[in-house]
Amino acid sequence: MIYAQILGGGKGTRMGNVSMPKQFLTIGKKPIIIHTVEKFILNHDIDQIIISVPAKWLEYTKDILKKNLKDDRIQVIEGGADRNETIMKGIQHIEKTYGLTDDCIILTHDAVRPFITSRIIEENIEGALNSGAVDTVIPAIDTIVRGKNGVITDIPQRDEMFQGQTPQSFNIKKLVKHFNALTDDQKQLLTDACKICLLAGEEVKLVKGEYYNIKVTTPYDLKIANATLEGAEKI
Amino acid sequence: MINQVYRLVSPRQFDIVNIEKTITDGQIIVKPTYMAICHADQRYFNGNRDKKVLRKKLPMALIHEAVGKVVYDQTGEYGVGTNVVLIPNTPTVIDEVIGENYLPASRFRSSGYDGFMQDYVFMDKDRVVRIPENVDLKVAAFSELTSVAMHAISRFKSRSHKNKGAIGVWGDGNLGYLVCLLLKRIYPETKVMLFGKNQSKLDYFSFVDEAYQIDDIPPNIILDHAFECVGGNGSKHAIDQIIDHIQPEGTISLLGVSEDPVEVNTRMVLEKGLVLYGSSRSGRQDFQETMDVISQDVEIQNYLGNLIGDFYEVNNIDDILKAFESDMTRSWGKTVMHWKI
Repeated sequence: MIYAQILGGGKGTRMGNVSMPKQFLTIGKKPIIIHTVEKFILNHDIDQIIISVPAKWLEYTKDILKKNLKDDRIQVIEGGADRNETIMKGIQHIEKTYGLTDDCIILTHDAVRPFITSRIIEENIEGALNSGAVDTVIPAIDTIVRGKNGVITDIPQRDEMFQGQTPQSFNIKKLVKHFNALTDDQKQLLTDACKICLLAGEEVKLVKGEYYNIKVTTPYDLKIANATLEGAEKI
Repeated sequence: MINQVYRLVSPRQFDIVNIEKTITDGQIIVKPTYMAICHADQRYFNGNRDKKVLRKKLPMALIHEAVGKVVYDQTGEYGVGTNVVLIPNTPTVIDEVIGENYLPASRFRSSGYDGFMQDYVFMDKDRVVRIPENVDLKVAAFSELTSVAMHAISRFKSRSHKNKGAIGVWGDGNLGYLVCLLLKRIYPETKVMLFGKNQSKLDYFSFVDEAYQIDDIPPNIILDHAFECVGGNGSKHAIDQIIDHIQPEGTISLLGVSEDPVEVNTRMVLEKGLVLYGSSRSGRQDFQETMDVISQDVEIQNYLGNLIGDFYEVNNIDDILKAFESDMTRSWGKTVMHWKI
């Protein structure tokens, strides 16, 4: 089975004074999360779409989904305290509801990346089925500098540098096994699900993202996202 | 939903535009899969149109020949996963007499309106035609052009007299190939004669009864009817030659597009009582008939397959540029793109 999990667990702390989590803010005429989910419902290789949001926004999410979309594959569940806990809660839900087989995969995608394309989704599915773990990236444009205590410690070769986007997609059983092998400290420090696989020595394949597949996190991003929406189709 | 539209913003320059679209129950959403490049797209790509026209029409997504897979259909008519041909003409009014492709109010994709180079295309349910399973999608990709030939033959049926011993087709390009092929399929007893400039192209038309180079036409050739599929500066010469060889009361179907007005020897048109009529684009009925014919005839599919001059997998804008640039230098056939962007 192929699962998509839309990660909307964030509370929007970087969005300034806005009290509503960022995934519910509007781009164009609809909430960001609706735009994102719409791209996933158009892929019919995906069997179930699980949307993870903070507990107190569960009903709200269900309401806006009902108003905007019709798709039996969508389920809304409670997210976790951090990204990896949210993913693991999603997987527990899958295991409890559908059971897990060796070839089950999951595409995890930020609710606040509504500019995702069908190609990125398809290549994630293909990559996760074939390789077990994939990350969506774009080549770094700026030079990446590593620093500590106010000084540069390294300037890595730029053509080997990429910026991570989502989806990040995994063979579910492998991901769970590697996550369970982590210490509690490691679990706390990890902000990236692909690193769970890397730490276990698993190869993670790269899928080409798009520069415009941005994460709408700050008020500036929201302005950019709205500005890039260009009028209507000419028809 | 935020849809990505790949627009030509100026000659040889594409840009990705994010456009908000609303998923509604009344429309079908299709993921384009295979597309074919048309000369009209190529003229925009190269900037070979009047500057005023370019200013008015660009930015615009190109391509009006495409097939795709249905990904959303609440109308219940097609169902998810169905392969369909996309019809680029979108009528806005209904007229009992004038065909949908001749109504000035109709909108034609990739001619002032966004074409099919998009992540998803939103179509009214009567703007797609189901592709039977036995039809090669790469062949179906240029069904729009095939349907233009089908449309011309439908008009010919209703406008021509019963003598159909010999029909001449001028033009050894893609449209000439399709017109000859369909004429031979629909009128198997008729002698179909091809008149073209390049021997290397004439060689592809193995199914016609006779083929002649235009500078070496035997004077005794007599035709009942003719199709002009030349266009451009060659139209005048083609029409002159047709008038020389056609029998009185014959019909001449004009299909070649020309940027400039074309001179016609009206004295001989009058003397012979000829019927000249235009034929342009196509409507839903022509698409359906095209699908019916090619799905029922494996031989025709093989001949159509020979028209695929080049095939490109398109994963990014660079691939689009490569496909268009290579198409420009091709002497024969259609460039088909596998749309995996």
